[in-house]
Amino acid sequence: MENPEHMSESRLPESLIQSLGVQLTPVRRLPPPWLRTAGWLLAVAAIALALLWHYGAEHMLRRWVAEPDIAVAGIGALITAVSAAWAAFTLGVPGRPAGWAWLPLPGLLLWVGASGLGCLRDIVVPGATVATAHQSGDCLMFIISLSLPLSALLVWLLRRACPLRPVLTAVMIGLASAAASAALLEICHGFAVAATDLVTHAIAVGIVVLANALMGGRLLQPALK
Amino acid sequence: MSAALTATRPMVLDSVFPVWAGTDFAVSDAESATDVPERRRAAWMAAAQGGDRQAYERVLAESVPLIRTAARRQGVDADLADDVVQETLLTVHRVRHTYDPSRSYDAWLSAIAARRAIDALRSQGRRGHRELHDERAYDLHPAEHDAADATEREQAARRLHEAIATLPPGQREAVEQLGLKERSLAEASAHTGRQSGALKVNLHRAMKALRTRFHGEP
Repeated sequence: MENPEHMSESRLPESLIQSLGVQLTPVRRLPPPWLRTAGWLLAVAAIALALLWHYGAEHMLRRWVAEPDIAVAGIGALITAVSAAWAAFTLGVPGRPAGWAWLPLPGLLLWVGASGLGCLRDIVVPGATVATAHQSGDCLMFIISLSLPLSALLVWLLRRACPLRPVLTAVMIGLASAAASAALLEICHGFAVAATDLVTHAIAVGIVVLANALMGGRLLQPALK
Repeated sequence: MSAALTATRPMVLDSVFPVWAGTDFAVSDAESATDVPERRRAAWMAAAQGGDRQAYERVLAESVPLIRTAARRQGVDADLADDVVQETLLTVHRVRHTYDPSRSYDAWLSAIAARRAIDALRSQGRRGHRELHDERAYDLHPAEHDAADATEREQAARRLHEAIATLPPGQREAVEQLGLKERSLAEASAHTGRQSGALKVNLHRAMKALRTRFHGEP
């Protein structure tokens, strides 16, 4: 036997349910987060190929051999980019836990840790080519200007999603695009990881993440308006 | 019993190891899934994504108590719960493509309902704040037959008409037919050639847009 209270509750929005039923059309399901992450990484890979074609891999490989911590930092940045993008796409699906936002943490620790160790080594072994303030400014511009299209692409790829935590999702977008830009910078970076350079990178990543958090929160909510 | 355990396993995994959360919730056979309520709802929603209207209306009807539970959990009063139900159903309709049939339907729905409940509470909070000021405004309001009063009412009516004119054609039509001309749904449907369901949804959206315009809230 039906519970009368339950019946009265169910009857209330009955007309709305019928109306929505009338308007029902088949929909194309959202592709899984890993597939959309792979789509975004294709764009990152295309930029990497273009940079390698222009600058060549020789300089980058020579730096990696001379200072392996730079290579480790670059790998950390790449892992951060992949995991943050994956987290952003996952947070775009209702019902997925907010704990996904922790996914980029290991990559981030590797990236920051290896960069920090590089700084220490340069203090212990002076004489390495370090960036001037002007050259650090170029790094800042590189990361910010490359992050802009990469962030825009992520927002566009999330246009059909429904992020119920839009600011957290936007932070993931900012982190993914800034980390990818920093990883791409390694291809054409001419300096050792000095404290000034590391601070510049951190400022650039901070600006990109903050800008995304401020704007992305609004951009990502069309489904909830 | 074992089926019920299978149904809830991915949710537990997802909260502990989100990356490796299993996808064995797949509802490949809608018929065999009907004995477990959650799997049944997942199967219905999957069918609804393909355009099955009957499955869609069933899953929405079964969703209502779940939405009310989610709203209660957020601290929504019974009188506000209807708004949360309505807003959640409309949101579900808009974002139904984001549901992944290999995962829990109830978790997907409850997350949307919780978000809509929070929106409703925020909106109520803002309204309460405004009403406090409105009360004071009422005390300070001039005499009933003040000449300025009539002018103010005329201006308010003009602003409302202007706002209605800026609505998308479908919503404007619903407001004009059902609100301004006070036609019944059947009359409006016959007059415009639109289905009554579409008129109702358009009216709801129009009211929401007007509320946002005048009060700055959805």
